[in-house]
Amino acid sequence: MFAYYLDLALHSLKRNKILTALMVVAIAVGIGASMTTFTVLHVLSGDPLPGKSGKLYYPQIDPQDARGMMPGTLPPEQVTLIDGMNLLRAKRADRQALMFGGAVPIRPDSSALDPFYVEARYTSADFFAMFDAPFLYGHGWTGADDEARARDVVITRKLDDKLFNGADSVGHTMQIGGNTFRIVGVLDDWRPNPHFYDLNTGSYNYFEQVFLPLQTALELHFEHNGSNDCWGNGTGGAGGIYPSASCVWLQFWVELDNPAKAAAYQQFLVHYSEEQKALGRFQRAPNVRLDNLMQWLDYNGVVPSDVRLQAWLAFGFLLVCMLNTVGLMLAKFLRRSGELSVRRALGASRRALFAQLLTESGVIGIAGGAGGLLLALLGLWMVRHRPSDYAALAHLDPAMLLVTFALALGASLLAGMLPAWRACNVAPALQLKSN
Amino acid sequence: MDILPILATFRRHRITALLIVLEIALTCAIVCNAVFLISQRVHRVDMPSGVAEHELVQVQVVDIGDRPDAKARGEEDLAALRAIPGVKSVARINQLPFTDSSWNNNIFLSATQKQPTLDATLYFGINVLQTLGTRLTEGRDFNPDEYAEYRDVLRDPKLTPPVVIITRALAQKLWPGESALGQTIYFDPQTPMQVIGVVADLIRPSLSGGDDAAQWTTVVPLRFSGGGSYALRTDPGQRQRVIKAAVTALKALDPKRIIRQQRTLDDARAEFFQADRAMAGMLLGVILAVLLVTGLGIVGLASFWVAQRRRTIGIRRALGATRGDILRYFQTENFLIVTFGILLGMVLAYGLSLWLMAHYEMPRLPVAYLPIGAIVLWLIGQAAVLGPAMRAAAVPPVVATRSV
Repeated sequence: MFAYYLDLALHSLKRNKILTALMVVAIAVGIGASMTTFTVLHVLSGDPLPGKSGKLYYPQIDPQDARGMMPGTLPPEQVTLIDGMNLLRAKRADRQALMFGGAVPIRPDSSALDPFYVEARYTSADFFAMFDAPFLYGHGWTGADDEARARDVVITRKLDDKLFNGADSVGHTMQIGGNTFRIVGVLDDWRPNPHFYDLNTGSYNYFEQVFLPLQTALELHFEHNGSNDCWGNGTGGAGGIYPSASCVWLQFWVELDNPAKAAAYQQFLVHYSEEQKALGRFQRAPNVRLDNLMQWLDYNGVVPSDVRLQAWLAFGFLLVCMLNTVGLMLAKFLRRSGELSVRRALGASRRALFAQLLTESGVIGIAGGAGGLLLALLGLWMVRHRPSDYAALAHLDPAMLLVTFALALGASLLAGMLPAWRACNVAPALQLKSN
Repeated sequence: MDILPILATFRRHRITALLIVLEIALTCAIVCNAVFLISQRVHRVDMPSGVAEHELVQVQVVDIGDRPDAKARGEEDLAALRAIPGVKSVARINQLPFTDSSWNNNIFLSATQKQPTLDATLYFGINVLQTLGTRLTEGRDFNPDEYAEYRDVLRDPKLTPPVVIITRALAQKLWPGESALGQTIYFDPQTPMQVIGVVADLIRPSLSGGDDAAQWTTVVPLRFSGGGSYALRTDPGQRQRVIKAAVTALKALDPKRIIRQQRTLDDARAEFFQADRAMAGMLLGVILAVLLVTGLGIVGLASFWVAQRRRTIGIRRALGATRGDILRYFQTENFLIVTFGILLGMVLAYGLSLWLMAHYEMPRLPVAYLPIGAIVLWLIGQAAVLGPAMRAAAVPPVVATRSV
């Protein structure tokens, strides 16, 4: 029966080529625009560490002075060096890492290469295991190396390719900022997007190429890039290089395997704040937060508002396209009242007519979906050639491909529903008589 | 033209007419708001910077490792850059417009104030205003003896120079309606700073405080060595040559240093506002697409109605209606539909604007944008209906006598 309906549908569509083309194009353009923007939105609001993100938490405490305190204010979004080190050394979570970002100059041994800058992350030993960073060669450094301010470094595959032509460079040395470092590990391709563990450096497509112990970087005065918020008179940090003790500028992450541990850790943060207040360092009542990774991204509004606006706009556009298609289909189906009446008079049930008309709109939907897919691919290609930092991420994934067709088919069936229902409610006798 | 018969036909095609009215309304709402969004972006891209953009180039150079002789080297660099032919002025400045980060400081108006009044950006270096081409509108520039060393101030805030130059926008924000000259501001409670000059504009590099705070800027007389960027002022036609010569000169002084940035300020602005231009382009695309779809929808529907009414048209023609009457009938019908759509669309546009205000920090849609949307839609409606209406007018009266 379906084959027969399909045949009828194709016949009817062929009879009115321009109208058919209009409907297909309207659906295709609407779907194309929506899928382009939805894909970008989908990619940007994705989970950077699927399967792990639920166990990673970002503790916030409030070390600010009493000046300018208002009830209900949120704690700062980073930690001070003192609190960071205290929490790191307390080791109350399954894993923990303190970090900040920067850039370091590298002087290659080979004179064929000019010195260059790469983005760097100064962190502590648990970083790699916590964030599931995959090692190609070697491994990270240990907690003991952290305390010993070891000149150890982990580099990425990209840098290894550049400096050592992709060979296993573990055990080799390299010059970073005029100091000799020993390479202990090479990371395989690892590009968590968004750059969740430090959102100050730009949320997307920011990748460090060098990872080295935090205390080593502090000792060597390696450059700090990122944001720092200070209170009081925020002067006089370590060596006049880093922000002072009354500035927050480091990121601290913990791994907690289950919600019970998370609750306990939150309790620990409250106790820590009370203790610091008793010591006179903190002046405010305990003000703590413990977001997990996805909550933290949400709290920071990581997805650019332009992208969300574009998605809404495209959705509105799809709505216009659908209204357009409903109108055209209604016109078309009602015009065929005569033909439909004959079929009714010959014994076809309403349900059969309805199925036939929906088949017709389904065919339009499939054609529109195919056109929409092409347009979405074109749209994403255009997005990739835009200068935004997330441009390179705009690729259609299988899930969105399925959604494209489901949306196109759903939209056209929905658009066909009302016209089909109206058309098969035509009283056959009346229609036949008037003809 | 009698519109009652037209309204009567709407009643017979209630759903179809309603659909097209809805489509036009939605189109109207989208177009009005999208045009407004574009105008906002275009306005943003043209934001004044207060510097001689067409004459400036930026070269940022970084030495590897801490250097004890940074100060002497800085002087060497400056001398080498000044010696480049065509360079009118050179300055080492802590920051230049159109980058992703900026130096910001909290501003207090009294030593006892608890909450800062606002935060403003901070420019410093020697020769900043002359090199950038920033215009003083009141007061004076710094005297040579007013400069302090940045490193010393970091160690002891009390050494902060007691003078500051601010922008007109910041002056108006801090002391509305008053002259800023002679007023005092504080970066921290121990060091009052007197306003000795006011400049027209000087943009905050990263716009991190939002567009309203784009011109909240202070300039202080601090010297520094190490870090920052060199700004070179030259003739617009000489810029590329000057960049190359500057890089060569700096590299000649030390081949191991890294040139981190070399660009004209024009390029810097273009890059800085790329996202806004892309968004404006995308909005324009959406406007055109939505108008096209709606226009084609009207064509389709009007064609259908014309075909459906061939017999009626024939009868009217046989009864004496001219071609013009038929043409005008369809045009009026379209005009009425579009008008209903626009009326509903204005309400929708306003609603959409309220929603955008709530979620995207947009200002309210100015009323002037509503007539623009209306006129565009009327024109498109008339253009779309013209073809089908002409076909209708061409229906010969003899059709009345034929059976379908």
